[in-house]
Amino acid sequence: MDTGDTTFILICSALVMLMTIGLALFYAGMVRSKNALGTIMQSFIIIALISLEWILWGYSMAFGPDKWGIIGGLEWFGLRGVGMEPHTVYATTIPHQVFMIYQCMFAVITPALITGAFAERMRFGPFLLFSLLWATFVYNPLAHWIWGAGGWLGRMGALDFAGGVAVHVSSGVAALAAAILLGKREGYGSEELRPHNLPMTLLGAGLLWFGWFGFNAGSALTAGSLAGSAFVATHVAGTTGALSWIGMEWRITGKATTLGGASGAIAGLATVTPAAGFVGPISAAFIGVLAGVGCYLGIMAKNRFGYDDSLDVVGIHGVGGVIGLLVTGLLANAAINPAGADGLFFGNPGQLGIQCIAILVTVVYTFALSYLLLKLVDKIFGLRVDLRDERSGLDLTQHEETAYNI
Amino acid sequence: MKKVEAIIKPFRLDQVKKGLSEVGIKGMTITEVRGFGRQRGHKEVYRGAEYQVDFVGKVKIEIVADAAMVADIVKVIQDQARTGEIGDGKIFVMPVEEAIRIRTGETGKEAL
Repeated sequence: MDTGDTTFILICSALVMLMTIGLALFYAGMVRSKNALGTIMQSFIIIALISLEWILWGYSMAFGPDKWGIIGGLEWFGLRGVGMEPHTVYATTIPHQVFMIYQCMFAVITPALITGAFAERMRFGPFLLFSLLWATFVYNPLAHWIWGAGGWLGRMGALDFAGGVAVHVSSGVAALAAAILLGKREGYGSEELRPHNLPMTLLGAGLLWFGWFGFNAGSALTAGSLAGSAFVATHVAGTTGALSWIGMEWRITGKATTLGGASGAIAGLATVTPAAGFVGPISAAFIGVLAGVGCYLGIMAKNRFGYDDSLDVVGIHGVGGVIGLLVTGLLANAAINPAGADGLFFGNPGQLGIQCIAILVTVVYTFALSYLLLKLVDKIFGLRVDLRDERSGLDLTQHEETAYNI
Repeated sequence: MKKVEAIIKPFRLDQVKKGLSEVGIKGMTITEVRGFGRQRGHKEVYRGAEYQVDFVGKVKIEIVADAAMVADIVKVIQDQARTGEIGDGKIFVMPVEEAIRIRTGETGKEAL
């Protein structure tokens, strides 16, 4: 047991928890004022709901004793046997419960990311049910495949440092399924559905960036050189993501925007997530540039396809996650992390193929399950608010409150 | 010259604006307002305490135009703002004595 490592991971857990609050503000600033509270609430209440799910069965399904490489057993239901002794495989220098609570924060933020796709039009009760089902049947298996001891993607050699598969690609693909299934907001394409408070969005983006150091550096699970290297890679990719995004805007639409700067930083951070502990700073800078350009184009493509992914979860987390997993297969360097592997550019072309399989499997599984779960909840309870409620806004109709009063 | 003042449901604003520009209205002023008429307000709840909020959010549109345009303007607003439900709002028409464009000093219809 190492007190330094334990301290570090406890702090990182708190940092990742703060990301979900950052996300709430990031999203809420982009919706209309009548939906500000409803949007914040979706992220906020997920912290409570999914944390409970995690200690009851989520952690056991994701990290519990492996069954056929595809799921953890329920032996650790209610954290039975998950005590203060370190686990023999996961994070061997910190109490097992500390590792558990760190992973809890990842399980929390992932369904919160999806809420951006169905912003301004989902009923609160069905939203809770969907999030619980999604965490159980999509996040938990994916987390097991890639990070659980014995999980088949991890055993195959897929590299995902902090959440390309289970967090970003999965939330991005679920977002696509949700946007397609729920349909567009009233007035999409014909009315101005403008962000109501961009300073709030920028504050949220700043908190996300801050928390991301816990997300990526903490994924080293020890307070050492690997955490330091992941910290630097994370920061560098955030900076080049922001710069390249505003560069694209500047060229194409003539002005660099604050929302573009914030979006670019988040795109860079999301994209470097799977690679953060396997690449050096210059590779990370390159990843951030790819993210800024790639995700910007991804969002432009949305308009062509015509689905209403309201806050661009597909364009940022889906596209960013895919790019991140792919470039990990190119730029991973075993000199940085001996527990990882070399990528194509360091003489190991096979890694790129493995990364492609991981992406493909994640996309197919997540889309199918997400669509199924959404359809199920829709059939039983109805996902979408009725038109009159949509016009009045979620704050008033779902929560009987208003965000701004004179 | 007449002034048309309309109080409408906020989500109809874009449609009303579109309709008005189609009949040749080149400018208008809008204000976010709160008020009540026949439409009841709504309830809000904070830590269990209920608040009856009587004032409902609306948008007020103000247009000053040549008297000959008023019938068109009123028709467009009525067509586009109407949902058939209580709370669709009201339209008021009133005379305007004078209009002056500040930049040039033009007056009357020229200033509109």
